[in-house]
Amino acid sequence: MKAGTVTISNPRQSARRVWALAQAEGVLLWRNRLALLTALSLPLTLPYLLKVAPDATGAGRSHGTGAILLPGLMAFALLFAVYYNLVATLVARREQLVLKRLRAGESTDAEILAGAAVPAIAIAWAQIAVAAVAAVATSGMAPPANAVLVLVALACGTAVFVLLAMLTAAVTRTVEMAQITTLPVLVISFASSGLLFPLALLREPLRSAAQALPLTSAVDLMRLGLTGTAADGHSLGLVATLGAAASPVLVLAAWIVVGVWAARRWFRWEPRR
Amino acid sequence: MRLSCAGRVDVIETGDSRQERGRWFAAMLAGMDDTGVITVGDLWRRYGRAGSGGFDAVRGVTFSVRRGELFALLGTNGAGKTSTMEVLEGLAPPARGTVRVLGRDPYRERARVRHRMGIMLQEGGFPADLTVAETGRMWAGTLAAPRPVAEALDLVGLGHRARVAVRSLSGGERRRLDLAMAILGRPEVLFLDEPTTGLDPESRHRAWLLIRELLGSGTTVVLTTHYLEEAAELADRLAIMHQGRIARLGTPAQVAASQPARVSFELPEGWREPVPEMTGTRASVTGRRVLLQSDDLQQTLTALLGWASSRELALSALDARPASLEEAFLAVAASGGAPADVNGNTQDVAA
Repeated sequence: MKAGTVTISNPRQSARRVWALAQAEGVLLWRNRLALLTALSLPLTLPYLLKVAPDATGAGRSHGTGAILLPGLMAFALLFAVYYNLVATLVARREQLVLKRLRAGESTDAEILAGAAVPAIAIAWAQIAVAAVAAVATSGMAPPANAVLVLVALACGTAVFVLLAMLTAAVTRTVEMAQITTLPVLVISFASSGLLFPLALLREPLRSAAQALPLTSAVDLMRLGLTGTAADGHSLGLVATLGAAASPVLVLAAWIVVGVWAARRWFRWEPRR
Repeated sequence: MRLSCAGRVDVIETGDSRQERGRWFAAMLAGMDDTGVITVGDLWRRYGRAGSGGFDAVRGVTFSVRRGELFALLGTNGAGKTSTMEVLEGLAPPARGTVRVLGRDPYRERARVRHRMGIMLQEGGFPADLTVAETGRMWAGTLAAPRPVAEALDLVGLGHRARVAVRSLSGGERRRLDLAMAILGRPEVLFLDEPTTGLDPESRHRAWLLIRELLGSGTTVVLTTHYLEEAAELADRLAIMHQGRIARLGTPAQVAASQPARVSFELPEGWREPVPEMTGTRASVTGRRVLLQSDDLQQTLTALLGWASSRELALSALDARPASLEEAFLAVAASGGAPADVNGNTQDVAA
């Protein structure tokens, strides 16, 4: 009778549920000043990026400062605003039995996670967007060589770091412990992203290993999309750009597939007893 | 406290066309044709590995719950109540057996039944930094057809605490908030896992009134509780679980009657004559103390008092207890590892 006529898993209903959860999560983020600071601290990294990035990347000088800044800004956004914040959020909600309670409602698991992640992602993306607009306005940044690649880099990078946050949360018992458990991903990702030093300085197989990491791939891909130049600095035509994009896109896709599998297997919705 | 009714009852109140009314009756009859809103057949639940490493928390439970009734699950800690509830709620799959809620598998067909169910977990939480009203708004935003948040809060007596942060609520207030969220979606089937644990007597009484009103509006309720008077007060039928099985099943009166009434007293020092045989009564003597177990309390008492009076005998520490849910519960709890008989006829009372 009734059940047949109610289709509960339609996208609009789903979006409505995510929105309700995300709004509440946004209020919680606003009230948690430390988390808010972490999420909004991106501009603080600008002086560092301005100083270091041109030397480190050795690329894109002709495309203005923006093209150099944006990949670095995205890296910080993914690591801190998205990854670190989300680990702390998921652990806090799990330990307060909120995740468990939400699962006893109408929302699906994916909706609950999306609701938790949306505010952090929104803040990260908004800051990147503001930086992009500022870059265009102030340094006269040329339009991106391939805007699709820029968006793919941002979307896939975000997805990977949401999944990594779920996995890190699985081994994190308290919110305080997140300061330690997030270190491996933060340090390794950043050190091998090409933002700290050019990957050309690395010997094989370290260099290939670095390029197999998600942040490195996301940064490469975004730089490629913005400037049309490869990591080593020479310019590529549109076709060559797509060819150069294949490798980082595949790396990110592989991380997403493995990440989804691993998160389903190991993510915990309730505190360990 | 006035409860606005569940959706299908609203049809009768607001629908003026005869057609609509006819549809409602058809739906109601269809519901009554169901063997049960919930049917559970040979349900097993296992924790840990298959084989010797795991543990069977639920071992072959069978029962059904009819539309509009309150079914209570009782049992000591670890009896398997919550493990059973979680399967009914669709939070976990059974290891074996079948479960149907509103005709569907609550785990595999979660999306098709969950919006018709309300769930209050034994332990659940809401974000500490949200206010009560914000929590309600969030929860309502995830529901298909919520009632107004303020109404749900009023129903549990939390209306005046709407602007208070969840972290500042007392334990009992948090339980009531949880209950409010469980009924926010106007569920047809409501699962309450120890809903009144931690409530003060007044709040508990209020919760009972609310549950009764929900029952009156046609909601089906499955409830676990440690309070036997709660089960006696609210339940149409109940099951006492023990070690993963159902040891007793029936109406509170039936389950209570599975246990004999008890009369105990002490004979005077040096009294030699044995207590007379009485039909339907078993006697056991420990020193001066005599315990009679009776299937008919009045008959046993009449015979006993007649005998005592004819001998001008003063029975000290005389105590007579009718069969009660508590006696039945204690008998089950004391029955140790012995496999319990579903009919509950053969249990011995541990002295």
